[in-house]
Amino acid sequence: MMLEVKDLVIRFHDRIGGEAVHGVSFSMAAGERLGIVGESGAGKTLTALAITRLLREDNAELLGSIRFMGHDMLNTSGKEMRKIRGKEIGFIFQDPVASLNPLMPVGPQIEEPLLLHTDLSKAEREERVLQAIRDVDLPEPEVTIRKYPHQLSGGQCQRVMIASALICHPSLLIADEPTTALDVTVQTQILKLLKRKNEEENVGILYISHDLSLVRRLCTRVIVMYNGNIVETGDVEQIFTHPKEEYTQRLIAAIPTRSKRYV
Amino acid sequence: MKKRNYNLIFGIIITTFVVILLTIGIFWTPYDPDMMNVKLRLTGPSPEHILGCDNFGRDIFSRVLKGGVSTLWISVFTVLFGLVCGVIVGAFTGYYGGVLDEVVMRLNDVLNSFPSILFSLVIVSLLGPGKKNVVIALGLLFIPSFARITRSEFSRIKNMDYVKCAKLEGVPPLRIMFVHILPNAVNTLLSTTAIGFNNAVLAEASLSFLGIGVQPPDPSLGRMLAESQTYLFSAPWYTLSAGGMIILLVLGFGLLSDGLGDIE
Repeated sequence: MMLEVKDLVIRFHDRIGGEAVHGVSFSMAAGERLGIVGESGAGKTLTALAITRLLREDNAELLGSIRFMGHDMLNTSGKEMRKIRGKEIGFIFQDPVASLNPLMPVGPQIEEPLLLHTDLSKAEREERVLQAIRDVDLPEPEVTIRKYPHQLSGGQCQRVMIASALICHPSLLIADEPTTALDVTVQTQILKLLKRKNEEENVGILYISHDLSLVRRLCTRVIVMYNGNIVETGDVEQIFTHPKEEYTQRLIAAIPTRSKRYV
Repeated sequence: MKKRNYNLIFGIIITTFVVILLTIGIFWTPYDPDMMNVKLRLTGPSPEHILGCDNFGRDIFSRVLKGGVSTLWISVFTVLFGLVCGVIVGAFTGYYGGVLDEVVMRLNDVLNSFPSILFSLVIVSLLGPGKKNVVIALGLLFIPSFARITRSEFSRIKNMDYVKCAKLEGVPPLRIMFVHILPNAVNTLLSTTAIGFNNAVLAEASLSFLGIGVQPPDPSLGRMLAESQTYLFSAPWYTLSAGGMIILLVLGFGLLSDGLGDIE
């Protein structure tokens, strides 16, 4: 297994305190497309951030174990973690425009992981960046690398983020609601792009979303989370057609369908 | 209708005028600013001496130029000293937060709680007077304000998504601080620097006025003001020239920074 999460507990030590994730276990094979669904506050994003250890150490306590490609992620030093982040794990966020540094052209931002994790020469890096931009179907790579985030649309920014997250050919891409801020047609394009990347480069995708229909289109397996626990896990078609748990049934029933009209 | 940015226009005019004047002053003055001539003692403005002469018969225009230049240099280095140290302190405290932040910021408060003139007096009397020591004394005083502003900008920007993304790409902390966060804080820092420069001009003038800044025989705007007090009524051009130069320096730069701030 590429990623194995066992009995993960996330506890906070701030003023409100309390446990946000109560013993979550799941695993993910290399090249798999796994979805995590659940309503807001279910602990989806926290679980993903815990895998990359991006929760503030002085505030959040992580118990259990996370193994990723032979690394014991909860007992890895900060320096080691920096070698894994960006190189082995890519991450894309909900708001692509806010995820890019507004004062840096997108070229250097895509290039940054290469600069940090490889010994490629400047010319080689530039070639890789141009290739990455072509791979995510952005127009005119030579012009695009010099553009600033505000000159691109939301969908284009998300493509830039994907290019940057995948440029070191990581084994795992964590996508935290990557299409929520985008309109429906762009959503479809981004999903197709992710699927193609998964098939071409065999990068495992951990797709976090509250939108079940998107998860159904992209993922092969799905985890349903509620209130910090895993409610149900299984093959995507099986979950959608024969949900066992009551919560999953209610969640699926909440998807608007074409027969009901809300006008 | 687009409103004219008068602040900017006048700021540019005055600052350009002052900078040209002082640049000339670095290389050339009409007379030797230290040359005394008893015959010309406290003579008024004339075609030969356009701002008149002081109590030793020295050409006031030449002395204003030389004094302005030394005030300008001291202010520039003071602000640079405060800015560089303040940005480093603010960057670390703002980015890391926690205990480091608390401790350093309380030290900052201690530094801030001393009246500035008293503090510079202490430092100058420890190190001895002179241009370098004035820069150190004033520069130390300027650290807290720069540190505070840098800190607040850094603690705001460090929670932005693009900084999180940089962390997730494995970018090391120093690179995050100075490549990803600092350029986004430059806007705020620029206006603080402009205000800081004005304060530095005034602070240097006050120190020299009190006699602990630039030492004789080097001309200094602050000390010229102090010396001219005695002749305020018999030779008003003396006071007006020295004070006028300080006003031009501060006003020009103040208007300029205001005007720059108004640009969208």
